[in-house]
Amino acid sequence: MIKKEMIAMLLAGGQGSRLGVLTAKVAKPAVSFGGKYRIIDFPLSNCINSGVDTVGVLTQYQPLRLNTHIGIGIPWDLDRNVGGVTILPPYEKSKGSDWYTGTANAIYQNLEYMENYNPDYVLILSGDHIYKMDYEVMLDYHKANSADITIAAMPVSIEEASRFGIVITDDSNRILEFEEKPPVPRSNLASMGIYIFSWPVLKEALIKMKDEPGCDFGKHIIPYCHGKGDRVFAYEYNGYWKDVGTLGSYWEANMELIDIIPEFNLYEEYWRIYTKSDIIPPQYISSEARIEKSIIGEGSEIYGEVVNSVIGAGVVIGKGAMVRDSIIMQGCRIGQGAKVTKAILAEDVQVGDGTELGVGEYANSTYNPKVYQFDLVTIGEHSVIPDHVKVGKNTAISGVTLPEDYPDGLLASGDYIVKAGGIR
Amino acid sequence: MRAIGIVLAGGNSKRMKELSNKRAISAMPVAGSYRSIDFALSNMTNSHIQNVAVFTQYNSRSLNLHLSSSKWWDFGRKQGGLFVFTPTITAESSDWYRGTADALYQNLNFLKTSHEPYVVIAAGDGVYKLDYNKVLEYHIEKKADITVVCKDMREGEDVTRFGCVKVNEDGRIIEFEEKPMVSDANTISCGIYVIRRRQLIELIERCAAEDRYDFVKDILVRYKNLKRIYAYKMEGYWSNIASVESYYETNMDFLKPEVRDYFFKQYPDVYSKIDDLPPAKYNPGAVVKNSLISSGSIINGTVENSVLFKKVYIGNNCIIRNSIILNDVYIGDNTVIENCIVESRDTIRANTTHIGTEEKIKIVLEKNERYTV
Repeated sequence: MIKKEMIAMLLAGGQGSRLGVLTAKVAKPAVSFGGKYRIIDFPLSNCINSGVDTVGVLTQYQPLRLNTHIGIGIPWDLDRNVGGVTILPPYEKSKGSDWYTGTANAIYQNLEYMENYNPDYVLILSGDHIYKMDYEVMLDYHKANSADITIAAMPVSIEEASRFGIVITDDSNRILEFEEKPPVPRSNLASMGIYIFSWPVLKEALIKMKDEPGCDFGKHIIPYCHGKGDRVFAYEYNGYWKDVGTLGSYWEANMELIDIIPEFNLYEEYWRIYTKSDIIPPQYISSEARIEKSIIGEGSEIYGEVVNSVIGAGVVIGKGAMVRDSIIMQGCRIGQGAKVTKAILAEDVQVGDGTELGVGEYANSTYNPKVYQFDLVTIGEHSVIPDHVKVGKNTAISGVTLPEDYPDGLLASGDYIVKAGGIR
Repeated sequence: MRAIGIVLAGGNSKRMKELSNKRAISAMPVAGSYRSIDFALSNMTNSHIQNVAVFTQYNSRSLNLHLSSSKWWDFGRKQGGLFVFTPTITAESSDWYRGTADALYQNLNFLKTSHEPYVVIAAGDGVYKLDYNKVLEYHIEKKADITVVCKDMREGEDVTRFGCVKVNEDGRIIEFEEKPMVSDANTISCGIYVIRRRQLIELIERCAAEDRYDFVKDILVRYKNLKRIYAYKMEGYWSNIASVESYYETNMDFLKPEVRDYFFKQYPDVYSKIDDLPPAKYNPGAVVKNSLISSGSIINGTVENSVLFKKVYIGNNCIIRNSIILNDVYIGDNTVIENCIVESRDTIRANTTHIGTEEKIKIVLEKNERYTV
């Protein structure tokens, strides 16, 4: 008989539109992080480190990179005879075929998957947070409280609290009320979007709410359960946790890794983060190179200067080039004498010789001021930037660009070039 | 599939000095991220050989750890797989492997129960890329009994620790001298052989019946006039790491762009066990010039013309020059290391100095306790 005490359902279908051109061709959970990883590696590694060996990964938006990354789960030891990792895309049914319309709807459409494992508890995770967490401890807490639902929550500063879903609890941490992005928060406990459900409670709620359009955990399922008197508890988490949903927070979380002793320490033996690595060789640092306060991935070759930056695997930084305060993802080529300042370069971007990124004064984005407001040059994957052009601050580029795309050799601050079909 | 593979990884060499106290030569870390045996195993898998046996004997713990899973080289298949054969006590025999031929004899069942017509035998201490299928094609074309992969060494190079061969214009080996005192030949055997499986079984059985144990001495040298033994000349980089000097040089070779390009960038790749270490980290104070740095390392000091393996910690104000620092070494502040090989998992205390010379590379083995919180 197949039986798993707790299985995990990992929501990885979102686009993450606030990451702008970074997620133009790849789902947010598959975006590179920290010079080696992809965002989804963190919840997946947490699962296996917590003894959760059955994980359903719900995909929808641009799943190719996720599919190839996860494969059969070998890097996370999730290749199992029973359980392991299963990719769950939306599928056609005899009637009522649907995309996943909301987080809870996606889980609802995979009731059968969960049923197969005969679980007592189901852990709901999202694929876009950077943290290390022992879900087993959270489960113990769930059991000790005889809870129906346990929501992981972390204390944030009261100023920040109005950006989050806030939970208000009694002395025993039982949740009394929820507030979604309250202008005047009454508590500083923010929900982290990590839930443990007792399986019968989840199943009943999903079936009951199945016709709710865009059925969502935060908006529908949890209020429904709370409303009918289920025992909903907050599990207070005090470690490092970062939602990397915006370009600003993504950039910041990467930059925190280069501190001398980073708060989020990847160098500890305990609680390893696993990932699929295609590139094994060591990195080469040439005689002309200068590196200061940076992390650099496998197989990269550095001939220029790198300061305060996170460099992925297989990157080549040319002679005389200077990279500062930037994130360069795997496979990028930075031309000789190029200057890259405060930029995020997605995978396999080519920057021409002598080109300068991040010059001039800040200007508001003319493309999407909500997304591009962090003073960053953001370049989508497989983009090409020609030799000897200048690119201003707070800009976005996606696709193969030519010198004629840069009038007077300049892309002004706040401006953008987004070309269709920029893929190689 | 036309061939099975055998990797001879049981050997030890006095020429490795202290470095071989810890592990078999095949398990020696090479080029920052690899172990010596990765090259033979990657060549096997890239030549579509799926059924591979590794013979181990000497100090195999480290090697076994490395071979803990066959998936890194893609051998974990229903057909074939990666097998590790260590000497065992059986009803008939309680001997160690008394030589390479004896190792084959003790595992004759593996040869007999396979169905592939050919066997590729490779040493585990060579650093090279080779498509064994090309050797096999040559072997068939020449109607050879045994084909030995050979390499022309540069004029004046010391060849006395190798098997030296002379070939006729057809490529047939007419002279084979193992580790000669002096040699005028500069073609050496790389320790890679292709042979028909049935032929190998026959030769090995006869060898055993005559109480002979060595593949080179008792088969290649002894049979060279009787059997058609051919030399396949390999092009491209090849290096044997089985002496301290050549081990040091081979690692330093990877600082050359053409060597890196050949092994790291050109198809096919070399595979190794994945260690899940974070990217290398450069803190303020790090000055790195012309060096290879591997994942999991943290650098606070100066590193020049050196190869740092995985998970090396270099303290503040350290100076590391012309040196090889093996896996998981901790080097305390203000330490100076020049022309050295620092053994893996060592802890070098702060303010230590180790200086070797270019002619005589110093092996550093302090075996200090490491205190971790």
